[in-house]
Order: sequence, then C-alpha cells, then structure tokens
Amino acid sequence: MAGMTVIVRTIARLLFPFTFLFGAYIVLHGHLTPGGGFPGGVIIAASVVMLLLAYGIERAQKRMGLLQAEVLESIGGVAIVVLGLFGLLLGAFFLQNVFPLGDLGQLFSAGNLPLLYLGVGIKVTAGIILIFYAMLFAFREEKE
Amino acid sequence: MDLNYIFAMLLVALGIYCLLLKRNLIKIIIGLAVLTDGIHLFLISIGYRLGGTAPIVSGEMFSDLPGFAAHAVDPVPQALVLTSIVINICILALALSLAIYAYRHYGTLDPSKIRRLKE
Amino acid sequence: MQRALALGMVVAIGVLLVFTVSTNLLPFGSFPSRQIGENFDNSIGQQILENAPQQTGAANVVTSVVWGYRGYDTLGEATVLFTAVVGVVMIFRAFGRRE
Repeated sequence: MAGMTVIVRTIARLLFPFTFLFGAYIVLHGHLTPGGGFPGGVIIAASVVMLLLAYGIERAQKRMGLLQAEVLESIGGVAIVVLGLFGLLLGAFFLQNVFPLGDLGQLFSAGNLPLLYLGVGIKVTAGIILIFYAMLFAFREEKE
Repeated sequence: MDLNYIFAMLLVALGIYCLLLKRNLIKIIIGLAVLTDGIHLFLISIGYRLGGTAPIVSGEMFSDLPGFAAHAVDPVPQALVLTSIVINICILALALSLAIYAYRHYGTLDPSKIRRLKE
Repeated sequence: MQRALALGMVVAIGVLLVFTVSTNLLPFGSFPSRQIGENFDNSIGQQILENAPQQTGAANVVTSVVWGYRGYDTLGEATVLFTAVVGVVMIFRAFGRRE
C-alpha cells in the first residue's frame, strides 16, 4: 500500500510526537485526572496508525512488524498478572496494594495503580495496532 | 422532567429499530452501537446528585475531604460503564470482521440472502 | 406486512420503555438514597466516596473503584480485549488463504 502526498506526510511527521506525548500523559496521570489506561492507549495507537497511513506499509513494517506487536501485547497482559501476584506473595490477597501509598495528589502515589494502568495502556495500544495490521496484510496479499 | 432518562430510552428504541428493520449488515451493526450507547447514558444518569461535582479530588478540596464526599456524584456506575465501553469496542470489531468475511463469501450484504450453508 | 408489524412492535417497545422510566424510578438526582422494595437506604457509592482517598491514596475515585475495589472485573475486561484481538487476527489470517 503506497503512502500519501508530500503535504500529508509532512503534517503526520510533525504531529506524531505531540499526539504520542498527549497519550502518554493521559496514561501516566490516570490516578489524578480522568482517563487512565484505556483512552490513553487508544490515543497512542491512533498516532501510530496516522503515521502508518501516511508513509505506507512497506516502510512501517521494517520498524514494527506483526510479531513485535503480538509480543508487546502479551507483555502488557503478563505485567498485570505479575503485579497481582506480588500482592499474593508479600501480602494477603491477589491484586492487593503492597507498594507505599504516598501523599494525595502527587504523581508517585496510590501504590500499584499507575503501574497497572501502564500495563493496560501498552496492552490496548498493541491490540489496536495489531487489528489494523491484520486487516491490511490480508488485503495486501489479495491484491498481488 | 428527567430528560436524561427519556432520551436514553429513545436511543434504545432507535437502536432496536435499526436492528430489526434495516437490510444492510453494516447498518445493523451501527444500530447495535447506538443501542449500547443509550444503555450507558441511562446507567450514568442513575447516579447523579443535584448540584454535584465530578468524583475527583483536586485543587482546594484536598483539605476538606468530608465536604467533598457530601457533594460528589456516584463513582460506581462510571467505573462499570468504563468497562462496558471497552467490551463494546471488542464486540463491534468482531462483528465488522465477520461482516467483511461474509461479504467476501456471498458477494452481498443483505441478511435475507445469506441463508444457506452453501459451498 | 411483516415490516409494518415489526415497526409497530418497535413503537410499542419505545412507548413502554419511556413510560416505565418516567414513573417507576426515583426522581432524577437522588443519589445517596436508593430503594429496595419498600425500604430506602444509602447506597454503597457514598461509603466508597468517604473512604477511597485515604484507603487507596488516589485522587481519582473512579480509578480507585476500577482497580482498588473491583480489580477482578478489570482483569476480566483485559482478557476480553485480548480474546477479541485474537479472534480478529484469526479471521483475517484465513482471508488470504482462500485465493
């Protein structure tokens, strides 16, 4: 699948860092502002998909192929279960908080909540990019 | 007049209309999405408090936590609707992929022509 | 004929839903009190609002409900997301092999 014109490519390349930063901000501040892992992961995936559409599939596949996206999604899922097992090993219940709580309203507070949201953000990002890849690869093989 | 509830039920009725009376698979899937959105609106409107604020501690509320708890809106339906929105995405993704697959196999998107298990 | 019957059924469902919602629920905006049969009681959202910022340490009470008080449900939702992605990839892998 070929890319798009020069104007679209320039604007996509300029907008990618800002959109990625905005998505990462929403994921990391999930315990202070509305949002969290799920909408933040979708925003990051949207920024990567915008770059994919502007530059074409061939150039993007050298950076991150199908296998890397699958591995990334599994890493996100395993991170959530491992953090839950921490609670089982050190404390009493599965997914219970064993990290220090901190002050209300700071970035490093609320125990294992930001870490859990980080895992969910990675999982959602990789999942949506994987759906996009699967559809594009199926249609590309049909065209040739 | 509780307008929230009435409009949520109108959305549900619109979604059911699209599910029953449209003859295109993609339009039926859009009806599914509208139906689920109506249910989400209804669930969130149940937990409203008159003159309430969002359930997020910010700014000058840090020193006045009992006052915050007397003015905030119910957080439990909002958390459940968050889960439900993500599950709605998964259902729509799978339904659309099946619609593309059926179009490839049968050549048409009319559900009354996709009947026999033909080979 | 069949379409007229279906349209009538949809209109009947819509009227029934709007009527039920305007008469049988508590009035709009009556958050802490909920009704079970004949008794009125305070719902659990009020207790969660009072205890959540100290117990979980998060300023966002919805986040502390999603992971702190209902963590298993969110774990199940992550599993559903994973299953949906696996299903979509499986359908489109059989796409290219049909030719």
